[in-house]
Amino acid sequence: MNKFKIAYGAGVILLAALAAAVLGAMVLKAIGASPVDTYVTIFTGPFKDVFGITEILVRAVPLILVGLGIAIAFRSGIINIGAEGQMLIGILAATATALALPGLPRYTLLTLIMLAGAIGGGLWAGIAGLLRARLGVNEILSTVMLNYIAAQFYTFFLRGPMIDPGELETGSGTPQSMRLPESAILSHLIPGTRLHTGLILALVLCVCVYFFLWHTTFGFRLRAAGAEAKAARYAGIHVPGSLVMAMVLSGSFAGIAGAVEVTGLHHRAIENITSGYGFAGIVVALFGALHPAGIVPAAVFFGLLLVGSDMTQRSAGVPANMILVLQGVIILCIVSAKMYLNNAYAQERAARFFSRLTSKPSPESAKDGGQS
Amino acid sequence: MKAAAEPINELKIEGITKRFPGILACNNISMQVSRGEVLALVGENGAGKSTLMNILAGLYQPDSGTISLNGREVRFHTPNDAYACGIGMVHQNFMLVPNMTVAENVALGLKSLHRFMNLDLKSAKARIMEVSEHHQLPVNPDAHIWQLSVGEQQRVELIKTLCFGAQLLILDEPTSALTPQETDDLIDRLKRMTGELSIIFISHKLNEVKALSDRVAILRHGAVVFNGQTVDHTSADLAALMTGREIHLPRNEGLSMGGGVVLQAQDLHVRGDRGHLALDGLELELHAGEILGLAGVSGNGQRELAEALTGLRRVELGKVDFLGADMTNKSPASMIAAGLGYIPEDRHHEGIVPKFSVKENLVLKDFHTAKFSWSVVLKQGQIARNAESLKASFDIRCSSTSAAGGSLSGGNIQKVILARELAREPKALVAVYPTRGVDMGAQEFIHSQLLARRRAGGGVLLISEELEEIMNLSDRIAVIYKGRILKVLTSLEATRERLGLLMAGVADE
Repeated sequence: MNKFKIAYGAGVILLAALAAAVLGAMVLKAIGASPVDTYVTIFTGPFKDVFGITEILVRAVPLILVGLGIAIAFRSGIINIGAEGQMLIGILAATATALALPGLPRYTLLTLIMLAGAIGGGLWAGIAGLLRARLGVNEILSTVMLNYIAAQFYTFFLRGPMIDPGELETGSGTPQSMRLPESAILSHLIPGTRLHTGLILALVLCVCVYFFLWHTTFGFRLRAAGAEAKAARYAGIHVPGSLVMAMVLSGSFAGIAGAVEVTGLHHRAIENITSGYGFAGIVVALFGALHPAGIVPAAVFFGLLLVGSDMTQRSAGVPANMILVLQGVIILCIVSAKMYLNNAYAQERAARFFSRLTSKPSPESAKDGGQS
Repeated sequence: MKAAAEPINELKIEGITKRFPGILACNNISMQVSRGEVLALVGENGAGKSTLMNILAGLYQPDSGTISLNGREVRFHTPNDAYACGIGMVHQNFMLVPNMTVAENVALGLKSLHRFMNLDLKSAKARIMEVSEHHQLPVNPDAHIWQLSVGEQQRVELIKTLCFGAQLLILDEPTSALTPQETDDLIDRLKRMTGELSIIFISHKLNEVKALSDRVAILRHGAVVFNGQTVDHTSADLAALMTGREIHLPRNEGLSMGGGVVLQAQDLHVRGDRGHLALDGLELELHAGEILGLAGVSGNGQRELAEALTGLRRVELGKVDFLGADMTNKSPASMIAAGLGYIPEDRHHEGIVPKFSVKENLVLKDFHTAKFSWSVVLKQGQIARNAESLKASFDIRCSSTSAAGGSLSGGNIQKVILARELAREPKALVAVYPTRGVDMGAQEFIHSQLLARRRAGGGVLLISEELEEIMNLSDRIAVIYKGRILKVLTSLEATRERLGLLMAGVADE
């Protein structure tokens, strides 16, 4: 029974991936690229050397962090589409902290930076949480709109108060902050690659989130409120409060993702720093079944897609933007597949189909029309 | 869609077997119904009644077995196939669109009235009036569904099914949401209809089975264990056959210990969901060691009262005292902490979190207490042990305590709720329709548990529409009508007739 359930879930996900691949192939065909070459490049290209493999993980780190936050929100019954904006605010807060306190010892400073990122992202998301809890404002709308506001804030700070004075001197005016002090930069895990210790932080936080959601009273409250608000209220759980808390936590993970990106990879706040991780993280969370143990492989898989698609530009002549199309197709397939995952009737039909396959074919399978 | 071409003289099902993952829902079931006959189908929750009827109505396909009409084998792939043959089902949960009129609801299913950009409502109304007069089922085709009482909605469902040309009616627990008067009325009307229709009638209530049916078939664990004439057997015989053992619904025999007041409502004014005053100056006292039955037709403020007492609904005016302290408009959490238990009406969405496991549901109110957590970390071992012991003592039937609460049958969900609430040893317990839709065996168990709580000195406010349940269990009976308590009777003063009149709003002296 349980074995069947797992097989059913895996089967549906595989079919969804297959459907996405086929749909993607059609688009590739339409722009005149070879689907086979493209897919081969995407899925094998990054594995040709150590650098490629570490690049996958470099992409996976922010995806895991954002995905964890999204999972907390979704599990708690509130939808967070605003990780992109929360990352940006987190980056601003982290960068400002790093630049303001360059003299602090390394670990103290890094801790403060991560906290600043978390608080920045959390507060930003908290706006949407409060609006929902207090005024019933739909959080999908508010988080999306807050993304735009955050983007403008970010650009304003990079062009104004936080712009690198060097840029003003040389007159080039690139909108970016000063380089972070050395003590605020995450060290590399493997020399010669870009892979940084943010990976360890992401994995540790995975364990923390799992423990938080399933082994603490806070997690119990959030999940209860998310799974059935009526029953949670009945059981004495303050549902609006738990929504705000979920949103703040969710945003703080996006904020940490931003802080890790800036301290691990870019070492200064630059434009387009989020690379769409805030949105891809939603897909990663859903792909990973909103569970940390699923989010890690899902993030690695998406990291592979991202790195691989970069390579297609060089080797197969496919624009890297194509990966956005693929991502869209995958989201559609996942959402459709989820309908099947949760549908007891579909599951029953599949169970019957398989039991018929495994047992001898019965006369039942010969379908004749009713006589009505 | 006009009436089916051929009248149904005999419906025969043979060897129907239906498996769901892990369950054999119907095991080689055979039975038959002839024209003008009423077959009662009884059995405990999960005995396979609904599955069998869903197969007859074309919602499920049997794994094996045949259905034949007038000696000819038929196969239903969709509910429309079944309708085309004259088989119509009225589901337990009404399938009506609340913000549409009666005529529109009927017209929805009458495909022959659907024209391009136009719905022929006139013909639908004509058809409704025809059916309504013919079967003496009065209804206003222009009324909106939400304006109708549950009994009237039931009538609309019947008319809808008859308008589709049903000659064999399947009624899935048609009386489960009706008041005693409405139930009697329905049974009268159904009796009159049997001249030209066959009826299959699913019920838990054996007195209704006795009153209406010609033959009775009893299902247990998916198999027919009895099939015979109704007149030859008493309700007690049938109950024993249904559960496989003798059933004795326990009664409240002892004298009330007359303890102090535990829960008190004074001049309570509370608004309902639609903004009307659902409670209008209600006064109620619940003593320790008594069961206070609250009788009344549903919709007279029972739900609002329960929610106001438990802190879930705002009290506009008036006072709620619990254990001598003023608890008006305190949060649900503080009511729970003070020792108030609550068995809610909506057990599937309010009483449990359906996606949570049974063991998590069993600590839904206590997960944060020292018993089940070290500060913020849950004691998983303790939670699992708690579930195992409650599972055993409350006879909760589930594959494991890790199974999702929502996957259990209604009666077992109710036992989970009961186990959680009673394990907390509440000073007062508000129980709303605690046995609605659960089978005799579970009913017996729930009743005995409520009585045990009373013996232990707890006060129980039992809100129910089942007069028998109220009269069996209560020390005192209060009748609620339009948001006020019309009268409080002792169990000795209360008779069925007297309560019935009070419930209809006729105050006696």
